[in-house]
Amino acid sequence: MPVVMDPGRISRALMRIAHEIVERNREVDELALVGIRTRGVPLARRLAANLQEIAEREIPLGALDITLYRDDLMRHTVGPQPLLRHTEIPFSIDDRRILLVDDVLYTGRTVRAALDALVDFGRPRAIQLIVLVDRGHRELPIRADYVGKNLPTALPESVQVRLVETDGADEVLIQQPAAEEPA
Amino acid sequence: MTPRTPADTGPAAASGQLSRLRSPHLLSAADLTPEEVLLILDTAGAMREVGTRPIKKVPALRGKTVVNLFFEPSTRTRTSFEIAEKRLSADALNIAASGSSVVKGETLADTARNLEAMAPDIIVIRHQASGACHLLADICSSRIVNAGDGMHEHPTQALLDLLTIRDHKPDFARLKVAIIGDLLHSRVMRSNVRLLTMLGADVWVCGPPTMMPAGIELQGVTATSSIDAAVEGADVVMMLRIQLERMSGHFFPSLREYHELFGLSAARLARARPDVIVMHPGPLNRGVEIASEVADGPYSVILEQVSNGVALRMAVLYLIAGVSEGVD
Repeated sequence: MPVVMDPGRISRALMRIAHEIVERNREVDELALVGIRTRGVPLARRLAANLQEIAEREIPLGALDITLYRDDLMRHTVGPQPLLRHTEIPFSIDDRRILLVDDVLYTGRTVRAALDALVDFGRPRAIQLIVLVDRGHRELPIRADYVGKNLPTALPESVQVRLVETDGADEVLIQQPAAEEPA
Repeated sequence: MTPRTPADTGPAAASGQLSRLRSPHLLSAADLTPEEVLLILDTAGAMREVGTRPIKKVPALRGKTVVNLFFEPSTRTRTSFEIAEKRLSADALNIAASGSSVVKGETLADTARNLEAMAPDIIVIRHQASGACHLLADICSSRIVNAGDGMHEHPTQALLDLLTIRDHKPDFARLKVAIIGDLLHSRVMRSNVRLLTMLGADVWVCGPPTMMPAGIELQGVTATSSIDAAVEGADVVMMLRIQLERMSGHFFPSLREYHELFGLSAARLARARPDVIVMHPGPLNRGVEIASEVADGPYSVILEQVSNGVALRMAVLYLIAGVSEGVD
């Protein structure tokens, strides 16, 4: 399985994104990070640490579970029903600039669900989207404001982000469909 | 939604943790596996957060129709289901026996077929006949949730009791649970016994000999008519309501005598563990099965049970809706 990002690249991408955030948002105090479960949460935590280093500010940090906002609850016939996890947003999002964080941007449906979930918590001044990998193939008119790596992929391929916090290692892998790939 | 790789469903899926129920119906606590019970409790734990939001609503069941078919009077359970349905954005519809064609002599099967023709996604049913929900599950293609059938089961009540217990005492296998009162007529007791023994708790049931179901020991519980023995060292004391409306004969001489022998007083409760919790499914008969000072006292978690009911029922409806048709 080809590795497209190693620990060094992931950490440099997250540091560059943190710099871009400070560059684009003058009022750092208005910012808050919200990670989409599962892997958006550790990514948001790392960005918070980077921002602390660059701007010397503590950015509020939240975790969002979008399971209840999915559009396919009674539609899929196979595959696991996603486990419902806790949403924790321990601050008011009203009038804040929310930095929404996810690992992979693909169809855009997860982000659509996350936007619906977020506005149920209040009325943020703005929402900006941060993703570690943008692999294309959008099904909705959604784009990211900060991208760690643009990764052109074919539809049958799958992109796996692994992080130390959830998977024991930092890497981004691209997986070819097993049957169609000649060795 | 986003058809990504299996790894994207998270470490829980990777570790083989259960993420769905097997059956599209919840008819009996006895049908659940321990893993399914824990899945429901964990999901309910996450559902609680929705109730703390400024906008207490999520779109999970948007466009789904849920019929609450109640053939017996109920305030707590029906309201609890209705709030749960509304918080999940389902279209909730209440049918009470008194205001329906049931009073005109329609049979349950006919009522069910007529409802079926209107294609609700989920039917929540309470009925005075044991097994009514099973009949409905056989006739209808809707998913069925049992909200109490006769003297048989009341699975969502037992599950919310477990959720409440787990908040205070997370390890069921270390608990002594005393269930005291009108055992004979209690579907709450039957569902609780099934779940608590399944999770390894030491369950004691206590009531007058006239209200002791025959063969209850076969369910893996200790049966006694001494409330002091049942309460001694208990971690959880669960009181049951005297169900005067279900009684067809004389089971005890007077309510006053019942209270003297089987009522939970503060003095009796002192035999339990110092961190005991006292539960009651409601409605309370104050001064009969439970003294007011105990019901309102520091050990009582009765109102927590009610709040947990909403989150638990949200979890059940959500998980039931997520079971795929035709897939076991």
